[in-house]
Amino acid sequence: MKHRTFFWFILPTLSAMILFIALPIVSVFIQSLFVQHEQVLVVSESCGPFGCKESTSVDLEATQKLRDEAPLGKFNGLGTYTNRSHLAFAEIGEAWANTETMGEFWRELGDLPFYNALTFTLAYTFIVTPMVLILGMAVAVGVNTLPRKLKGAAIFVSLLPFLVTPLVGSLILFWMVDGDGVIGATIQNIFNDPNLSLKASTGLMWFMLMVYGVWHTLPFSFITFYAGLQTVPADTMEAAQIDGASKWQRLVYVVVPHLMPLVTFVTLMLIMDNLRVFEPIVSFSAEAHARSLSWIIFNDLRESGNPLYGSAGATSLITIFLVVILMMPVLVRTWRDFTRKSH
Amino acid sequence: MARKAETRMTPLKLFSFTMVGLWLLIAAFPFLWTFWGSFKVQADFLSKADWMNAVRGTNTLEQTGSTFTGQGYYGAWVTEDFWFNFKNTSIVVFFTVVISLTFGTLGGYALARSGFRYAFWILMAALVFRAMPHITLVSGYLLWFFEWNVWGILPTTIIVLVAINQPFTLWMLHSFFKNIPKDMDESAMVDGCTRFQAFRHVIVPVMWPGVITTGLFSFLLAYNDFTVAVMLLSEENETIIPAINSFMGTTQVEGKVMYAVAAVVSATAPLFVLILFFQRQIVSGLTAGAVKG
Repeated sequence: MKHRTFFWFILPTLSAMILFIALPIVSVFIQSLFVQHEQVLVVSESCGPFGCKESTSVDLEATQKLRDEAPLGKFNGLGTYTNRSHLAFAEIGEAWANTETMGEFWRELGDLPFYNALTFTLAYTFIVTPMVLILGMAVAVGVNTLPRKLKGAAIFVSLLPFLVTPLVGSLILFWMVDGDGVIGATIQNIFNDPNLSLKASTGLMWFMLMVYGVWHTLPFSFITFYAGLQTVPADTMEAAQIDGASKWQRLVYVVVPHLMPLVTFVTLMLIMDNLRVFEPIVSFSAEAHARSLSWIIFNDLRESGNPLYGSAGATSLITIFLVVILMMPVLVRTWRDFTRKSH
Repeated sequence: MARKAETRMTPLKLFSFTMVGLWLLIAAFPFLWTFWGSFKVQADFLSKADWMNAVRGTNTLEQTGSTFTGQGYYGAWVTEDFWFNFKNTSIVVFFTVVISLTFGTLGGYALARSGFRYAFWILMAALVFRAMPHITLVSGYLLWFFEWNVWGILPTTIIVLVAINQPFTLWMLHSFFKNIPKDMDESAMVDGCTRFQAFRHVIVPVMWPGVITTGLFSFLLAYNDFTVAVMLLSEENETIIPAINSFMGTTQVEGKVMYAVAAVVSATAPLFVLILFFQRQIVSGLTAGAVKG
């Protein structure tokens, strides 16, 4: 295809991506260099019969004017990145110097909002992803042995949790496991402990959020692996059987290696989706126990009336950086494949 | 033909059947439970005393005189004007799907037919863009949309959703067009068509299966979106998902939780129908990128 024709074909999609994905990243960076204006304070002296008194008040008009003139705020350089709500270098240094044990240090770190969210996001991603891979593979192998008629029904049922709106899906689960819900109340009855509830326990909340994550994404890995199972060469399977491989051995030495490229693909997709975990935290009202990176950005932007663009921008940029680092292996591999093909 | 060894019940088989049975139960039960419960009153649906209340509808019978009630649905659709949010969602979803497919088809075709290095770089960039959490992008728009006075209206949200959708659409349609033999459009060009005419008369008639599959996923992205809509739409333009969330936020009053339950069931119904009719396309779309490598 000629360069010229290519240009006209790609123009709409490329301009959409540049304007609304690439430029916003630049804008996020610029925003992160600024902080909001402080309120303009006026000191006025009022003198009465008992002497003069100084009083400070907010000059709303001047504050508004300042905000209108420079909506970005005032320049702060990289200050936002290093402050307490983000990378918090000073606080970490202090915690390192003042704590005796590693455990204590980690606890101090967990109190810093950014590291708190980072911990949850990474824990969620790296617990849910392998769980989904293993369970998805198990279900795929299981469904593959079902009679033909049941396979379609099994896939239909499995698609529901995956395609349902994340916010809605997590609400559905939340109502069941909440203190008054069918599962939550039953657990309380079994353990005879009315305080055993999601809202009271951080551990339970993390666990339930991850259960939601597995429930929501398992169908994706299941269906991909199931499709892969249909392409396992029958000859190889038969040869392995003749050579005396048991069912389990065939699964481990023939089927799983055949599915390996799929595993890479599914892992990549799962990591991308799990890193942006956000909706379940909103549905579960989990913010007291678990916050993700997406959630703290959302919270900064929600700051009523006066969104913290600088703070949200800094967290966003760090998040994007994290995503790119985690994707690096895949990008490098795709790049190698491409250069090999073209030579 | 199935041999005896393949039909015999082995421990491995028994285990995998149990796995599947358990998974199907976990997958389906929450939906059945919520659907059933949406016709009860709150005291039954969220019953601390005895979960059998929700099955039997004890309190529902007491409060309404029948074991089933449509109060939740009436409250959501009539009292809280949920139909209005549904209308907004329809507009957003329709335009997002149509525009993303138009852009994506042109771009995906160009990428599939161009062997130049920059085509590869565009695909790589799209992959990175696909991975970015949506909220990070939204934090880049918000200030400018306020400044330009385009915040809160449906067209802004549609354009943003189209853009967020592009990376995925491009990848999917690119791999789809790669499977359409090059000879088809190239022979049309030998016969004197321009590239665009070849696309229009040769490729367009055969591209619909791929476009429909991609369209289903664009639909899901637009319909399921919460992050973009909740940040970029004003209250009078709210779509259904943020509306459900605001039900939860403002109406923790007795009885109103059932509005949210009814709204949740209503929002799931279109997806249910979608899976019912397009199961095959959805499955093939999910695996398209993967199986072909």
